[in-house]
Amino acid sequence: MAEAARSSQPWVDKYRPKNVGEVAYQDEVVQTLQRALESANLPHLLFYGPPGTGKTSTALAIARQLFGPELAKSRVMELNASDERGISVVRDKIKSFAATAVGQPVAGYPCPPYKLLILDEADSMTQDAQNALRRTMEAHSKVTRFVFICNYVSRIIEPLASRCAKFRFKPLHGDIMADRITHICTAEGVELVGEAMETLGRVSGGDLRKAITTLQSAVRLRGPRVDGRTLLDVAGAVPEAVVSSLLAACRASTFSKIQEAIADAIADGYPAQQVLVEVQAAVLREAGLRDSQRSQICQALAEADKDLVDGADEFLQLLSVASVTQRVFANTL
Amino acid sequence: MLWVDKHRPRKLDKLILHKDIGANLKKLVEVGDCPHTLFYGPPGAGKKTLIIALLREIYGPGVEKVKVETRPWKIQLPSRKLELELTTCASNYHVEMNPSDVGNNDRYVVQEIIKDMAKSRPLDIKGQRGFKVLILNEVDRLSKEAQHSLRRTMEKYSQACRLVLCCNNVSKVIEPVRSRCLCIRVAAPQKEGIMEMLQYVAKKEGIELPQPLSSRIADASDRNLRRALLMLETCRVAQLPLTDDQPVQLTDWELYIQEVCNDILAEQTPKQLYLVRGKFYELLTNCIPPELILKRLLICLLRKLDDELKHHAAELAALYEHRLQEGQKAIFHLEAFVAKFMNEYKKWSISMYG
Repeated sequence: MAEAARSSQPWVDKYRPKNVGEVAYQDEVVQTLQRALESANLPHLLFYGPPGTGKTSTALAIARQLFGPELAKSRVMELNASDERGISVVRDKIKSFAATAVGQPVAGYPCPPYKLLILDEADSMTQDAQNALRRTMEAHSKVTRFVFICNYVSRIIEPLASRCAKFRFKPLHGDIMADRITHICTAEGVELVGEAMETLGRVSGGDLRKAITTLQSAVRLRGPRVDGRTLLDVAGAVPEAVVSSLLAACRASTFSKIQEAIADAIADGYPAQQVLVEVQAAVLREAGLRDSQRSQICQALAEADKDLVDGADEFLQLLSVASVTQRVFANTL
Repeated sequence: MLWVDKHRPRKLDKLILHKDIGANLKKLVEVGDCPHTLFYGPPGAGKKTLIIALLREIYGPGVEKVKVETRPWKIQLPSRKLELELTTCASNYHVEMNPSDVGNNDRYVVQEIIKDMAKSRPLDIKGQRGFKVLILNEVDRLSKEAQHSLRRTMEKYSQACRLVLCCNNVSKVIEPVRSRCLCIRVAAPQKEGIMEMLQYVAKKEGIELPQPLSSRIADASDRNLRRALLMLETCRVAQLPLTDDQPVQLTDWELYIQEVCNDILAEQTPKQLYLVRGKFYELLTNCIPPELILKRLLICLLRKLDDELKHHAAELAALYEHRLQEGQKAIFHLEAFVAKFMNEYKKWSISMYG
């Protein structure tokens, strides 16, 4: 049972950095934080940046370095979007945690005299809940430090943001990501074949978590030799061939061609939004198009994407986009 | 029993289509490490068949003894008490449910049922697994809140309970949930695959299926295997032995939409629009989903139009179908589509023929 538990543990958790210094690529952030950690004097923190850049990992690493695994249980509280986080929780749970005095330190760790409250995905908290936090933060700043983590800093109300030291996490660079992935591959005995690494970089778009989960799913599904095609399949990406046949259909002169191509793409189960993304990239790459033509197609793509988010039918939206594209190609729009 | 159910492959090795997915799933089960999975693909592609076969591979034949029960759920929320009724389909090892049936309260039900399963863990007798499986159908219709609350729950209770999610439209499943699952795309079978299946079923039933007929059934089914098998069964009921030139029976609502399409093309006047409106009402009261009506109608129209008009029709359909999703009353948008289309058609025919 224990064995099964270990093997099913997500690699994202297994290879989370254990201390702040190990966090990949965010040099400025790491330097500042390490200095702060040496003096064990921490301001309130606000981490923001795109997903999979190491925000939660950094917060957890700070907690670990300050308190060690044992004390962390009583000194750190982590709340994220799946926990109930309305205004009532702020009033009761957070307030009571923030107000409790700290206990005895343990040897071997700095154990500064405060607790850490990590609010993950803070941008999904309501305005009211955030407002209710303002006073709590100040009143208990002696015994509690807050760490806010979010994707969009603009969704955090100004009074909260101004009480924190802000850190921006930037998307990971290709080679840094390749570095971490190679590290995990050697530890797990995985072999990347051919262009697998480049594919992984492309499908993840700078999101290390996505890269690692994709890799793990690929290994689970097809065994330890991983090639580019498996990765594309697992990541739910749309293969090049589908997109190019779609565009070829748009270039043909009859409507029935695009109808067939779209019906096939839908029946093969490719997610429509992903198809739109790939078509956009292909249109931007495409030589021999005027800028005005590109912009017309991109506008149609954007409208279709919005409609899909609203729950419109995939077939009809794709058909409409393709119809616009065909007419743009033929210069009849 | 319908042929669709009767000839459904029950084991991963017995699969006729999707053999590669079957082999991969088998590997997963052998390793003993079965992660959360998400099956997605168009209707009639074989998602459910794969799931059933996967369960059987994990737990053995015992999993087929299912009982359907409608159970009242009493859930204590911080502010009030919630009472719901939900039908589940369960065996000793798994529970299957359709959480979107309870509408807005789906998040509580999903949470509650997962906690319930986590509480009563199966005993680890030899040959049994230490976890149960919860099958959630139509996750794309699950509310965003429910999907968000799944994120943490999936990780927390993953020891006791594995999720198998099933949906048509994967873009409506939020990214965090997708990234926690092993996503498996189930493509609809190609025409050859459908024809092979039709022949297989016909042989099992001991009837002769002529090749041209099976080809026409496969064409008419739009790569939907379930539909193809149902059509085959209808053909058999209509006439035995089957002949080459036997008509493939479409469902009556499709014929009815065909009729609507002919009406629209025959005459473009307010009076005709009124008539069409009546037919739409007839379809809606028979519980045909409005988006299906619009889609079918467009496909019928496209068959008979000039290329220039096809573009117009496709774009109009996309526009009004989107409005239909946003709005409340389907009939307005269906009617608006027809009115607008009639207008375009009239304009076109005047410019062509004067």
